[in-house]
Amino acid sequence: MTFRRYLVLAVITLTASCGDTFLARGMKSMGPVSLAHPAELIHAIFSPWVASGILLLIGFFASYLTALSWADLTYVLPASSLGYVIMTLLARFWLQERVSPLRWLGVVFITAGVGFVTRGPSYTDHSADRDVREEAPETAREEVRQ
Amino acid sequence: MTDPHAIAATAAMVGAIVVSATAGDILTASAMRQVGDLDRIRERSGLWGAAIAVITNGRFGVGVICLALSFFSLLFAFSHRDLSLIGPAATSLTFVTNALAARFFLKENVDHRRWTAAIFVCIGVALLAF
Repeated sequence: MTFRRYLVLAVITLTASCGDTFLARGMKSMGPVSLAHPAELIHAIFSPWVASGILLLIGFFASYLTALSWADLTYVLPASSLGYVIMTLLARFWLQERVSPLRWLGVVFITAGVGFVTRGPSYTDHSADRDVREEAPETAREEVRQ
Repeated sequence: MTDPHAIAATAAMVGAIVVSATAGDILTASAMRQVGDLDRIRERSGLWGAAIAVITNGRFGVGVICLALSFFSLLFAFSHRDLSLIGPAATSLTFVTNALAARFFLKENVDHRRWTAAIFVCIGVALLAF
């Protein structure tokens, strides 16, 4: 893992948590959406908060795909877990939502849990398996020729 | 939130997000494995070449559709419940289902550290419901 790759993980964390918070801020201002009127969800996309949230989530998706091209899914998701803390802080201090002590404890458990994962290797190398699979048909063809 | 109907509705909203997000994550991760290291592709073919390599992958397309379903489920849930409940609950549960799905579908090395993490996340999610 290089510094640049850690930077990509940091971008994933920040854009995901800020993007979700912007979406929540926009949806709160719209009020509850009924299942009978799904078109309201399309209308929501054009509100400034939701649109800004979507832009941030596009940034998240680009950096997320980049990370998935050189690391495992089960590494990338927990490695960007600091987002839970940022999102809860934003919810409490910016959106003025009530966050109970047990929910805070839950966030601590989640962050501690996913912290375990980052201590292991970031990528499962399948090249050895692939080499065996690629060699097997060749071996079979050799046997037929003989 | 002690009303059984409210708890059932929250569980259904979180469930819809988790199932669609897991399918989307597994399919996009599988697509990125097929495509290869994007940093190297960008060095070789430029940003546009890297974008084409990703967009033209079939699994990526299906994965994006699943993630779009997850996104609209998330928007719907945010309009009914608090961000600090829906956000961590959905993403944390998705982490657990992703660990299981990655083990079986992507053949990732989900060792004892990753399983321990899954248990911790489950406890954390249970606490978030209170």
